[in-house]
Amino acid sequence: MAGKDLEKGFEAEGFEHDFESGLAVIPPDKIKDPGLEPHRVRMTDKSPAKARNAEVQVAAMFLVSVLGSFFALWAYVAFPITEDLSTVRANNFFLGLGMTLSLFGIGIGAVHWAKTLMPDFEVTEARHQTRGSEDVRAAAIEIVKLADSESGFSRRKLIRRTLYGALALFPLPALIVFGDLGPPVGNTLRHTMWKAGTRLTKDPTGIPIKASDVTIGSVFHVIPEGLAEMHEHKLEEKAKAAVLLVRLAQEDLNEAPEKTSWSYDGIVAYSKICTHVGCPVALYEQQTHHLLCPCHQSTFDVTEHCKVLFGPASRPLPQLPISVDAEGYLIAQSDFLEPVGPSFWER
Amino acid sequence: MKNHFFRSRRKPLAATLVISAGLLFSGGGYAVATSVVATTVATEYSAEQISEGRKLFLANCASCHGLNSEGSAAAPSLIGVGAASVDFQVGTGRMPGQGSGPQLPKKKVQFTDDQITLMGAYIASLAPGPAIPEQQYLEATGDATHGGELFRINCAMCHNAVGAAGALTEGKYAPNLEGSESKHVYEAMLIGPQNMPVFNDANITPQDKNDIITYLAYLEENPSAGGFELGSIGPVAEGLFIWIFGLGLIVAITVWLGAKSN
Repeated sequence: MAGKDLEKGFEAEGFEHDFESGLAVIPPDKIKDPGLEPHRVRMTDKSPAKARNAEVQVAAMFLVSVLGSFFALWAYVAFPITEDLSTVRANNFFLGLGMTLSLFGIGIGAVHWAKTLMPDFEVTEARHQTRGSEDVRAAAIEIVKLADSESGFSRRKLIRRTLYGALALFPLPALIVFGDLGPPVGNTLRHTMWKAGTRLTKDPTGIPIKASDVTIGSVFHVIPEGLAEMHEHKLEEKAKAAVLLVRLAQEDLNEAPEKTSWSYDGIVAYSKICTHVGCPVALYEQQTHHLLCPCHQSTFDVTEHCKVLFGPASRPLPQLPISVDAEGYLIAQSDFLEPVGPSFWER
Repeated sequence: MKNHFFRSRRKPLAATLVISAGLLFSGGGYAVATSVVATTVATEYSAEQISEGRKLFLANCASCHGLNSEGSAAAPSLIGVGAASVDFQVGTGRMPGQGSGPQLPKKKVQFTDDQITLMGAYIASLAPGPAIPEQQYLEATGDATHGGELFRINCAMCHNAVGAAGALTEGKYAPNLEGSESKHVYEAMLIGPQNMPVFNDANITPQDKNDIITYLAYLEENPSAGGFELGSIGPVAEGLFIWIFGLGLIVAITVWLGAKSN
């Protein structure tokens, strides 16, 4: 449909259409500009007594502020924080109350002052057009042209092209420097402290766990041997290597044939780090054998390699293959065979 | 001197010594570890107590748990659950159960302490099982700091960091621990009632259990340093409070700021 026909169509339906300034359709029943409300005279302008009242109120607010400041100073001395942590409560409460009053009094007083006593008149400021006037626009174009002719930017091709090259390359050194901002992630997301023969130990003591200690229905919160004694990067390692150890009756386990050697006499070990966003999954229901994540209620089935039963997690919890050593202590057969925790880009 | 030392280590007699020392240590270690587990099975009951307990059992429990505590479709077998289970389940009013549901709630206790002891004696006579904990571990005289650490590692994910309860799946929940008797807290760890896992004495030693009980006692005696607890249930209650009262106050102030003075 041609432009003219469109215009006629709109006119026939009673629409105004201004083709000169964009394509805005303005319906005829548009809301009219109500203009300014009629000026309403304040009580404080009519009655000197009311004005005097307002003055007292503002002064009272400022006085509240003064008292609040003194109260805060007094509270700081009267409720000191001692060795007993519970003293923090009274200290923070009364100090905070005083400081609140001292700031609030100033603010409320100032606003009340402005609203009741300062001059009361309406001001209208019309919006101006965003587009500059024709003269201004022409002058701007002249300036650009003048700059171009004086600098010879269009004329001197050699300078222009080498400048483009220089501008394209200058961010590259910065990119390389950004690479040094942190240690490279490398393989750290794929490996944990667990390796063949690492004993399973109790969190937080690091005492090794015997298979015979793990009775049916038991849950042990496990860290790898050596983690309890670490001083550096302890939390980073724990965040990857934390394991939940559970013993079920052997007949309750429904294991895949290729993974039957990963458990020991009904004892299974799973990564405690949720495959959704990495919360510690440790809410174990002894009778249903469901393992629940506290953050988003992802539910895993311990009887079937922690497959996902419910919730936002999309992958089962990685299983740690375990065995026992000559002394009866539980040990890992190897590291986890897949990265633990939430998904990441290259997984 | 150094060479001499290494040479002497390679002698056959030295190897024998090392092996026998190793065996001695590991055997001794095993004996200590097993004795820790075994201490939960103790306490002697008289034949009269057992027979009285059996009468109470037949009158009050057998309809679900079976005439010989062998269990039925409605209730599990009680053979080997020990006196601690009876003391916990009956002593907190969870047993006898009222109707079936996702979980048996704590309710008014139906039996006297003596009756509970007698029923416990009968159940303990059927097969060895966890016994009533010793008084020395229930006095809340342990290390609350260590207990708190153990509580956060082993208990807090279900029961909340201050034991204020938490939800599980399909209507089940970890109950609020406030006001629980030390004895029942200890027994719950020992037996793993309903869906709670077991924390036996090899996992959390009796002294550790005492520390956890001490931590819970500390929580009850000391008010929250942060002020208003709002049930200690975290972001739901706190969020609701600040959304209603905090934002409400800000909206009210904004309206006042914009309103014209009268």
